[in-house]
Amino acid sequence: MKVSNSYVGRPMERVEDLRMVRGRGTYVADVNRPDQLYAVILRSSVAHGTIRSIDFTRALELPGVRHVLTAGGLGDFVPRIPVRLQSLPELEPFHQPVLADRKVRYVGEPVAVVIADTAAIAEDALEHIVLDIETLPAVAGREQAETEPSLLFEGHGSNTAITWRACLGDADAAFKSADYVRRERFKVQRHTAMFMEPRGFVAEWNAVAGEMTVWGTAKTAFYNRRVLAAALGLDEHAVKLVEVDVGGGFGSRGEFYPEDYLIPAAAMIARRPVKWTEDRREHMMSANHSRDIECDVEIAVSRDGRFLGLRGQIWADIGAYLRTNGSVGPRNVAQCMSGPYCFESVDLRSSMLVTNKTPTGSYRGPGRFEADFARERLIDIVARDLEMDRLELRRRNLVADSQMPYPLPTVTPFESTNELDSGDYHAVFDRCLAEFKWEDRSKLRGRLIDGYYHGLGIGSFIEGGAAGPKEDARLVLETDGSLSVYLGSSAIGQGLETIMSQIAADAMEVPFERITINHGSTDHVKDGYGSYHSRSTVMGGSSILLAAEKLKELIRETAAKRFNCSPADVSIDGEKVSHAGNHLTFSNLSDIPLEVEASFFNSKHTWAYGTQAAYVAVDPGTGHVKVIDYLSVEDVGRMINPLTLHGQAIGSIVQGLGGTFLEHLVYDSEGQLLTGSFADYLLPTASDFPNIRSITLELKRCPNNPLGAKGAGEGGIIPVAGVIGNAVADALFHLNVQPNELPLSPPRLWQLIEEARQ
Amino acid sequence: MKPPSFAYASPSTLAEAVNLLASGNGNAKVISGGQSLMPMLAFRLAAPDLLVDLKHLKDLGTITIGDDGVRLGAKVRWCDIENDRRLVRSHPLLAEAIKHVAHYQVRNRGTIGGSLAHADPSAEMPGVALTCDGEMTIVGSGGTRVEKASSFFTGPLQTSLEPDEIVTELHLPAWPATRRWAFREFARRKGDFAMAGVLLFYDLDHRNCAVDAHIGAIGIADCPIRLSAAEAALNGNAVTEDCIAAVAAAAKESIDPPSDIHAPGAYRRALLGTLLARGLQHSIS
Ligand SMILES: Cc1cc2nc3c(=O)[nH]c(=O)nc-3n(C[C@H](O)[C@H](O)[C@H](O)COP(=O)(O)OP(=O)(O)OC[C@H]3O[C@@H](n4cnc5c(N)ncnc54)[C@H](O)[C@@H]3O)c2cc1C
Repeated sequence: MKVSNSYVGRPMERVEDLRMVRGRGTYVADVNRPDQLYAVILRSSVAHGTIRSIDFTRALELPGVRHVLTAGGLGDFVPRIPVRLQSLPELEPFHQPVLADRKVRYVGEPVAVVIADTAAIAEDALEHIVLDIETLPAVAGREQAETEPSLLFEGHGSNTAITWRACLGDADAAFKSADYVRRERFKVQRHTAMFMEPRGFVAEWNAVAGEMTVWGTAKTAFYNRRVLAAALGLDEHAVKLVEVDVGGGFGSRGEFYPEDYLIPAAAMIARRPVKWTEDRREHMMSANHSRDIECDVEIAVSRDGRFLGLRGQIWADIGAYLRTNGSVGPRNVAQCMSGPYCFESVDLRSSMLVTNKTPTGSYRGPGRFEADFARERLIDIVARDLEMDRLELRRRNLVADSQMPYPLPTVTPFESTNELDSGDYHAVFDRCLAEFKWEDRSKLRGRLIDGYYHGLGIGSFIEGGAAGPKEDARLVLETDGSLSVYLGSSAIGQGLETIMSQIAADAMEVPFERITINHGSTDHVKDGYGSYHSRSTVMGGSSILLAAEKLKELIRETAAKRFNCSPADVSIDGEKVSHAGNHLTFSNLSDIPLEVEASFFNSKHTWAYGTQAAYVAVDPGTGHVKVIDYLSVEDVGRMINPLTLHGQAIGSIVQGLGGTFLEHLVYDSEGQLLTGSFADYLLPTASDFPNIRSITLELKRCPNNPLGAKGAGEGGIIPVAGVIGNAVADALFHLNVQPNELPLSPPRLWQLIEEARQ
Repeated sequence: MKPPSFAYASPSTLAEAVNLLASGNGNAKVISGGQSLMPMLAFRLAAPDLLVDLKHLKDLGTITIGDDGVRLGAKVRWCDIENDRRLVRSHPLLAEAIKHVAHYQVRNRGTIGGSLAHADPSAEMPGVALTCDGEMTIVGSGGTRVEKASSFFTGPLQTSLEPDEIVTELHLPAWPATRRWAFREFARRKGDFAMAGVLLFYDLDHRNCAVDAHIGAIGIADCPIRLSAAEAALNGNAVTEDCIAAVAAAAKESIDPPSDIHAPGAYRRALLGTLLARGLQHSIS
């Protein structure tokens, strides 16, 4: 690669920003089709019950109401939404029907769709639908799920859908011989992604051509197209999903939800375009919830502080149905609880419980945020018990560079093995301590200054990325010499266009401005997988590298014909193509566009890793925690764009702090969701956590992809709760306060302090 | 989440506004800044047939400061109070309390009349009105009346206002320059409604003892309340560490805060004690 052309690694400003800040983005609510109708969804207000009848005659009488869709109107069989990841036949009973089918199982479950001339008319019509539901006892949490005779799925016989198991070595033997064991319970509350604008769709059915077009897809367009086509009984190629601008996804946006089917189905029935825009209250009860994990885990440690074993039981409250990626968090929490440390043995079971709540799915760092909270808190508790320095205890157990690749526990069923790919965990750990001035600040630990107790916390983490199996790229050298890149990856606000342009410009050795990135929509490439599991940069970027090699080959062949020589004798220098003193440029090389397509296959995950530290002050009178300094140091192998990556890290940490202190989807014992707006669901605002720093390193490249990059979109969030929990415990060391349940709200912390004082 | 349909009027005189309200048979509502009413409409928690907008009414937007105290027109917004530098001297407790109301956007629209009429148990303005012996001027079909804050707030989001009545002004009595005072509240995030808040002032007599103690609290009952037991514990005493502890204890003893998803009652009780003690501490420093 030429020195003059190294965009990769440079802090390039986002090419997306000018469009966005000038209000020229097109979000799904901006999409309008001629003659469109509006859909509004009637959602269950009962958590658990049997539908006796739905009477919508009066709704239909309202002027402007066109159709009302219910499960009964969908024919003999109500489509069920298949699971995208880790799909198993025994989990099929838990798949969600697109409309409540005989039973309702959570508040917010779609029961009917009203299609009307305006959204306002449709909303008015909701009040005229008479829904008769025979209420059943609600299963509103783990205890009820395990003990109540009430079952969500009578045929299954229990509210436990499945139990995953993560194993490594012989845990029972380890615990028998251990010098020291400690068992603790941890709880991570239900909370989830709140992206800038809620979801929405515009669907248009062309009855003559038999074609369905849907705007508003995100994340996994190709998979969703397959599901939608099958459910509508259409050929895959008769369905086109169009990605528009989105303000964040965080794992939740873009999965296949009931509305992904209902709005296109409504357009087919109405034979007119139909638009649906979710509102925030709806979002809070219908889009995937996340976390909601409880665990009872035990650690075995040798006298000299080596981690011998980790075992226990995890319960994941997955809500009423298994959603497309609903198993990811519950599996990850078991597989990633040992994290970046060498545990000689692991035996963790993770049970997925169905309850009468909104179904769950992935949210940034799924399972890892929860696992890291438990592990890092546990390590500090061990250090306290053994009177060991908690830094030393961690150093003694971090996986060493020489041990790479290092195996993670194997999860069954749907067996998956995994290994840490590369890294110098100790170097990053020490760098974090140095940058944080841990030594100096240690003097403040436990001290009461101006009414606040001061404390430090630390935690290390691993971040999985780059899920396979593949990603596709199509490169087109246009006749004017510009380069169009078509990708299966999708943009979810992460700066995809900028990053892919950098990679493509370097690969083709052309100026950045010559590149156009086209992504997400199903007609750009034959197949695609999308944006999840921090995979777009690595997977999409690597496929661009492969396609670029192919394109250069095609350029040589094309030029060779013109030069009358062999392709091997053609040289490419930037946009210039030469042979024996004759020159062509990309813009006069060919009368037709030159086009290639390539796929990058990958079966191994990338593992970025890092250490974070926090300095907090705790007000014992109010339970308030001030975050005075927060630092993240992460090695991502190779940075494509330090600027966008920095944004990812900071944003991710803020989300982590939100999950640690503020965000909570609260249900009552009847399964009613009590947090239906941003007045009650507390998101961090711009002024809440101003003191966050992030340092990104490039110590160890990933050996498994040509970029050498590791997925790095989630990392920041993963250890936050553990790090903060440890800092709070450190500040209150004299009281032996152990914050093992989230959120660390002022009332909860105050309560812990009160209890410790008694 | 759109409001059900309603009729809308924006009269230019107070008399017209009152007539419109009266014609609504209890189904007409005033809209001022809309910062509390609009969310209620959007959630369909309120469904009036008619909204009477105060925006074209003149003279309700002024802040008058005189020998008899401060007069705030009903359409005075939070940002107007914030930007009026005179108030820092003329009524420091008001100026301080209002700093804690909501966020920038809301502060540019929300009005004191709306806040008083809405009567949120955690809202600052009702707390100020009650603690400072405020009086509301109210205009309705029956004419003009003046009501003390102490009888105006009757329950959660409830006041003595009749459906055809409009608050036009709040009067706060004059504030002596030597007065001791404090405002303390604690919210989950800056700008959120407080989980508990305390407003207090007292004067010092020739022996340096507190007299005329006024202690109000927000967020701990179904409307703002005066903590008379705490006031009694403060009156006639020098404000020492012991006195402060006794006042806080008396306050905690006298209240029974409700629990909700943000905080259990026991926390609110303890929090109020902490805030009161800290407020008193600050008032002597
Ligand atoms: C995000 C957010 C955060 C907030 N945080 C706080 C906070 O921390 N503290 C706080 O105190 N408030 C807070 N508020 C509420 C805000 O201060 C409102 O502006 C205020 O409570 C109502 O004033 P308004 O002019 O907007 O009234 P509107 O919303 O227009 O009206 C509210 C009610 O008062 C009635 N009304 C209005 N004016 C009159 C009048 N002159 N006479 C009789 N009835 C009248 C209306 O009919 C309605 O019932 C918050 C609001 C939001 C949206």
